Amino acid sequence: MRYMMLIHHDETNIGDPAGQQALYAAWGAFNEALAKAEGAAPGERMQSPTQGKTVRTRNGETNVVDGPYSDAKEQLGGYFFIEAKDFDEAVKWAELCPASKYGTIEIRPIVQPDKNW
Amino acid sequence: MSDTARRAAERAARESYGRLLAFLAARTRDVAGAEDALAEAFASALTAWPEQGVPANPDAWLLTVARRRQTDAYRRNSTSRSGETHLTLMREELDDLAMTPEAIPDRRLALMFACAHPDIDPSLRSPLILQTILGLTAADIGAAFLIPAATMGQRLVRAKSRIAELGIAFEIPDTEDLPGRLDAVLEAIYAAYAKGWNDLVGETGGQLAEEAIWLGRLVASLLPASPEAKGMLALMLYSHARRVARRSPTGAYVPLDEQDTALWDMEAIEAAETLLRAASSAGPTGRCQLEAAIQSAHVVRRLTGTDNWPIIVKLYDILHAMTGSPVVLLNRAAALAETEGPAAALQSIAPLAEDKRMADYQPYWAVRGRLLAETGNREAAHEALTLAMGLSTDPAIRDWLEARRGELMAG
Amino acid sequence: MRYLLMLYADENAGAAIPPEQMAKAMEGMYAYQQALEKAGAFVSTSALGRTSDARTLRMSGGEIHNVDGAFINQGGTLKVEEGPYAEAREQFGGLFVIECEDMDAAVKWAARCPAAQWGPIEIRPVVHTSSAKEA
Repeated sequence: MRYMMLIHHDETNIGDPAGQQALYAAWGAFNEALAKAEGAAPGERMQSPTQGKTVRTRNGETNVVDGPYSDAKEQLGGYFFIEAKDFDEAVKWAELCPASKYGTIEIRPIVQPDKNW
Repeated sequence: MSDTARRAAERAARESYGRLLAFLAARTRDVAGAEDALAEAFASALTAWPEQGVPANPDAWLLTVARRRQTDAYRRNSTSRSGETHLTLMREELDDLAMTPEAIPDRRLALMFACAHPDIDPSLRSPLILQTILGLTAADIGAAFLIPAATMGQRLVRAKSRIAELGIAFEIPDTEDLPGRLDAVLEAIYAAYAKGWNDLVGETGGQLAEEAIWLGRLVASLLPASPEAKGMLALMLYSHARRVARRSPTGAYVPLDEQDTALWDMEAIEAAETLLRAASSAGPTGRCQLEAAIQSAHVVRRLTGTDNWPIIVKLYDILHAMTGSPVVLLNRAAALAETEGPAAALQSIAPLAEDKRMADYQPYWAVRGRLLAETGNREAAHEALTLAMGLSTDPAIRDWLEARRGELMAG
Repeated sequence: MRYLLMLYADENAGAAIPPEQMAKAMEGMYAYQQALEKAGAFVSTSALGRTSDARTLRMSGGEIHNVDGAFINQGGTLKVEEGPYAEAREQFGGLFVIECEDMDAAVKWAARCPAAQWGPIEIRPVVHTSSAKEA
């Protein structure tokens, strides 16, 4: 099974540059492990949700607003993919992820891993 | 207030807004400051007029209040002696106007030239004109141009500071510079129309198209000697006349050659014809007049059944020689398919395959798909029609293309 | 610049769509992906399973402290819950990662996505893509 791991965090929790450095080191190690795992895919780290926009079209009109879709305190900060035999194994990966210490990780199974839309 | 009275009041307010703003900003070149002063004047009117009655000359009243706000603000921000001279000048000008209130000069055209100045980002010219001449909000303009309200607001503020910093003059260019500079103004207005036309189904879109036509009428009336201004207004009216016929009762897309001409707005078409005739007899033929002439030919073909495709191709030839535009080449190809067949038409757009801008240009793939299908190249046609579908923002167009693709595979 | 397009939709409404209509919608999505690829803007795409099949790991209790520069939740325990991170009217159900010049271009691409017709699309600029090669 292929799973998408979504990291939700409060960006104000990431702290000062020294803290970020340590965090990056922890992430570096985790990404290393991820890279060696069969079927895992590199993730992406997002810029601040304030840099984002939300687009919706209705009846031929497109509406664009600044900021994320939801106004939750924690927002998507990044994600990655893993290949695991089941949810239990996926959860183990989530526990290893540095973000589990300061954010929330949502695990979503992927539909039709070999086929796109 | 009855609907007619309200519309009359709105029309008067709109006329006043652009005129007063253009006048207030002309000397200082501070568009944002003039907007603030005028907004305060309109706000004062809201409290003063119901109590004291509407003044005999509302515009002069608004102008006097706005000028006072403007001089106050100027005094706060300026300590220099030249600032004092400026203030005296403004005061004198104001006094003159108070004596002859009907003489407020119309500087809207000069303001439009400033908004469409070569030093202003082309993508912001149209929004700037919509805001300064019509008083539209950043939110309304942003909605039409797919830009969030706050972002559009910031971009407009920056563009206005640029006008002030560069000291862009509020003037109508000399005769020799006029055609080029006017093209930029007309292009900006047409961009607003095209935005509205593309999402005509929606409420905002339809309104924006109407606003653009209003601006087109304004420019044509302020520049009565310009054939291109008439040509552009005619072009917008031809398109607008067909707006209802573009969709079936169920909302499906209807191409020009299948439209029910009974749904066309004949009054708008006649107005366009009159404008085009006046433009052609007035002077040199410009881009807008040629495009309007092509629209006129389409109307004639549909209404009388005359096969005038050779004339349309000829008009596109002239237009292409003038502009070298890939969009013109593409539209020409669609007409060429009618006179020389799809293979020749495909051949004519071969150079566009090298043009990177075509990769995400929806009309390119739609035309290419149609021509490939007509030459019997099914596989390539399927790919081109799929890309055209993928680049559509309008579900009605996407459905129409999918149906064409289905016919291709079945036939 | 790289952008993540997050496609939101009402899952229940989606599940109620008749198969032939769904096939049509997917045709539209496929055409959209083809257009992205042709324009050199396509990076990747995924469709996610329903949120009812999701699990969420969350620290329960405790407080986040900066310990020697690292952020650690102290006193809390990691809990696994059934379901998505947040309940909302529309759910995150698919994504496109695209490469394009700027946010305006990304908005243009998002507006072309058929999914914009049935739910919002959140566009997020990507800071960094981690991969084995970089590590």
